[in-house]
Amino acid sequence: MSKFNVLEHEIVPEHHLVPVEEEESVLGKLNVTKDDLPKIGINDPTIKALEEIHGKLEPGRIIKIVRKSPTAGYYEYYRVIVKSVI
Amino acid sequence: MNFNNVSKRIEKIKFALLSPDEIRKMSQIRVITPDTYDDDGYPIERGLMDLHMGVIEPGLKCATCGGKVDECPGHFGHIELAMPVVHIGFIKEIKSMLDSSCKECGRIKLTDDEINNYRIQIEAMDFSTTDPEIIDMTLKKILEMAAQRSICPHCNAESPKVILDKPTTFREGGIKITPKEIRERLERIPDDDLLFFGIDKASARPEWMILTVLPVPPIDVRPSITLETGERSEDDLTHKLVDIIRISQRLRESRDNGSPQLIIEDLWDLLQYHITTYFDNQTAGIPPARHRSGRALKTLVQRLKGKEGRFRANLSGKRVNFSSRSVISPEPFLSMNEVGIPEIAARELTVPVLINSFNIDKMKEWIKRGTDPRTEDGKYLAGVNYLIRPDGRRIKLTDQNAEINSERIDLGWTVERQMTEGDIVLFNRQPSLHRMSMMAHTVRVLSGMTFRFNLSDCTPYNADFDGDEMNLHVIQSEESRAEARIIMKVQEQIMSPRFGGPIIGAIHDHITSLFLLTHNNPLLSEDDAIHTVSYIEFDKLPEPVIKDGKKYYHGRDIFSLILPKGLNVKFKSHLCAGSKDDKCEYENDPADTYVVITDGKLLHGTIDDEAVGPFSGIIVDKIFRKMGPQAASKFIDNVTRLAVGYLSHRGFSTGIKDYDIPKEAISRIQEISNETLDKIEKLVAAFRSGQLQPLPGRSIEDTLEVEILSATGGVRDESGKIASQYLGLNDPSVIMARSGARAKMLNIAEVAGMVGQQSVRGGRLNRGYANRTLPHFKENDLGAYARGFIKSSYRAGLNPTEYFFHSIGGREGLVDIAVRTSRSGYMQRRLINAFEDLKVDEKRRVEDTIGSVVQFKYGEDGIDPTRSDEGKTVDVDYVAYDEFGDEQ
Ligand SMILES: [Mg+2]
Ligand SMILES: [Zn+2]
Ligand SMILES: [Zn+2]
Repeated sequence: MSKFNVLEHEIVPEHHLVPVEEEESVLGKLNVTKDDLPKIGINDPTIKALEEIHGKLEPGRIIKIVRKSPTAGYYEYYRVIVKSVI
Repeated sequence: MNFNNVSKRIEKIKFALLSPDEIRKMSQIRVITPDTYDDDGYPIERGLMDLHMGVIEPGLKCATCGGKVDECPGHFGHIELAMPVVHIGFIKEIKSMLDSSCKECGRIKLTDDEINNYRIQIEAMDFSTTDPEIIDMTLKKILEMAAQRSICPHCNAESPKVILDKPTTFREGGIKITPKEIRERLERIPDDDLLFFGIDKASARPEWMILTVLPVPPIDVRPSITLETGERSEDDLTHKLVDIIRISQRLRESRDNGSPQLIIEDLWDLLQYHITTYFDNQTAGIPPARHRSGRALKTLVQRLKGKEGRFRANLSGKRVNFSSRSVISPEPFLSMNEVGIPEIAARELTVPVLINSFNIDKMKEWIKRGTDPRTEDGKYLAGVNYLIRPDGRRIKLTDQNAEINSERIDLGWTVERQMTEGDIVLFNRQPSLHRMSMMAHTVRVLSGMTFRFNLSDCTPYNADFDGDEMNLHVIQSEESRAEARIIMKVQEQIMSPRFGGPIIGAIHDHITSLFLLTHNNPLLSEDDAIHTVSYIEFDKLPEPVIKDGKKYYHGRDIFSLILPKGLNVKFKSHLCAGSKDDKCEYENDPADTYVVITDGKLLHGTIDDEAVGPFSGIIVDKIFRKMGPQAASKFIDNVTRLAVGYLSHRGFSTGIKDYDIPKEAISRIQEISNETLDKIEKLVAAFRSGQLQPLPGRSIEDTLEVEILSATGGVRDESGKIASQYLGLNDPSVIMARSGARAKMLNIAEVAGMVGQQSVRGGRLNRGYANRTLPHFKENDLGAYARGFIKSSYRAGLNPTEYFFHSIGGREGLVDIAVRTSRSGYMQRRLINAFEDLKVDEKRRVEDTIGSVVQFKYGEDGIDPTRSDEGKTVDVDYVAYDEFGDEQ
């Protein structure tokens, strides 16, 4: 049996790693500093799943989440990886 | 003013213990006497009210700082306890330290290797960022390991298991360890081992968890109050401190003159009890300390905890001035934006007016009027209650000093004038579950003693007039008045953020009235028509219909008077909601299946709940969207007036005769009910003989219940249908049900036809006596009557067993409501606390107070739900209809 991948579950939205070189433009577009981004814990199952693809991820990397929205079509959300979420 | 100023960010919070030395150092006086005041009422020296701890009486000066009552902040004192006592707040920590450390040498019971390894592990954790739960778990695991070990790896001494005998007694092998001994053991734990217990060696020592000195809080924290009788009554904390000092004194004496050990131990336990209850008088396992009257004392923990505690009652919420509360009653001739307030309240509540060159002459006039002015014909006029000088001093205005004071005021003074018509106030009904529970109204001063408002405001407040009371707050600043007018006014709240439709609309009789006015487009005589329209504002009467030389007016034309020009809508009425194929069985003209309004003229259809009611209110919705809040509120005001005008003139009544059905209908209902009873009997017989075929996925027992439930449900519906065949739209109760004014057809079926099966948790009744519901039935009787079937109608009346079963079914509803409200209340509280300081900025971004983003766009689409169309951004179909009509 192949290993279970949370990202393929139907109720888990798409998670993408934002390349380091694009980070600045993303933050510029959102007009926020990295500190003010919503957070995602390094131990989150989706991060573990992304690490299977991209290799070890460090705190500070930005994740783009694309969710389906009944009113807005698709909605892009961004989170920054942190050591732990309080 | 600085608007973008984050005043301060908390970098860290540090928790530490007070050492006995620190307690002594911060103390201004050692308290040794359990008494408070001498016979002259003067504080006794070194007593609990010693002047070193602050002053609460005017005239006296603080012995520490020399300050008078308002100047002295109060100072701590201390009590030297005769014997050490356990601090109830640290029981868990003390237990864990006794468990995991050696009783002889005081080291943690880990080998040197373990200590080195774990120390590295713990020191690697950053205490300021790591999840406290993770820190807790790590430490707990290590401590547990140490506790498991009975032989000390350092000195080989054996430590027997320590058992906590709640709340404060520790035992070792059945023998009590005295607090003194505990303290000695804790003293032996070396500083370097404290890390494993989660203690920072720089800020605390474990033995400080055993009290030898007790701080005495400043008098300002526990002021005594003087009753009218001149008797002095001490604060609960002072009472408790008296007990502590008294017992401590006796314990010291007994110990010093060598009393028997037994007596000393008893006194020691008593001291422990008093100190435990001094901290927390609801400690599990000991009786709460009581006042002479039997009331439990409110000690330290009780002051802070719960709904009545410092946080929820004094910090999160406060009492306010400029507010009033009264019973509410209806007044259809007020606008939905108004509130009627009694004169007595209007005279008491005031608005501050800052005097400037524009208003000084007017306010001088008002001051001259005094406190109770009226016009010549006795009508209310606003007076003035107080003047506030520029230095902040208040002058109470009386009718005697009014004349002189009117000349004293000048620029910079403030005049507190009474309420007058047009003032804006906040009106509120609890429970305030959504934002429409608190709305801004403009004031109308009325005679009487109740608050009054338009009936369309009942829905957002969830109010009725069976004794409900509401609160009213007078706004005190110009900015808030402006905000209230623009944001909180009732007309701005017509659209609910919950479902993106109107929550304000016509209710009950108002819907009935408009239904009668528009259903089948009745003709009104000239007299009736003119009487009806006299209640509303309109431009000119509609075109009359001439019959036999007399003028008549169509009901729909009269209703059209209150519709704004330019309104186009087409929708199905509540009456025709269930009709198929555009043909409504309740309308004479099939064209009336749809309500059609073109350019503000009602052409077809019946106006009912669907058109003007709260929650649906399609006309209100469309007017609000196209013409704005002002037009919508004007429409609702006119609906109320027109409806009251028409219905009170026409007359409308309901009674038991609404449910009279002919004999043949009654016997037909009897027939089908007998058929069902037969069917149920057969089902039960089949079940008993094992012939019943189970439904897929169900047991036979379940199958029987399901079959019987569907059979009883069937007769109820059937009998309802039979009854309603004879009850048409000339029947007042049916008018109310079909128009959506009140009740459902089901309720009419219950009254005229049959009440039907009663249920608890979705199943037939089955509990009560052994194997039966009531002793009137045989055991294991599965028949219809034995399990809560009611064949009677409410009109015919229920027999005793039916009545009893009905009460059981009714009880479930009540219990449900009680459980639901308490649960949803707590849910609400948690949500409010979580969201209270989130805000949406100019870019529609949702952030918290430190600027962390929660949503990049509010609601992911940036749409204000009150302006959405039932959640959807825009209703394209309606826009097209409004523009092009039916032909697309
Ligand atoms: Mg009520
Ligand atoms: Zn002082
Ligand atoms: Zn030892």
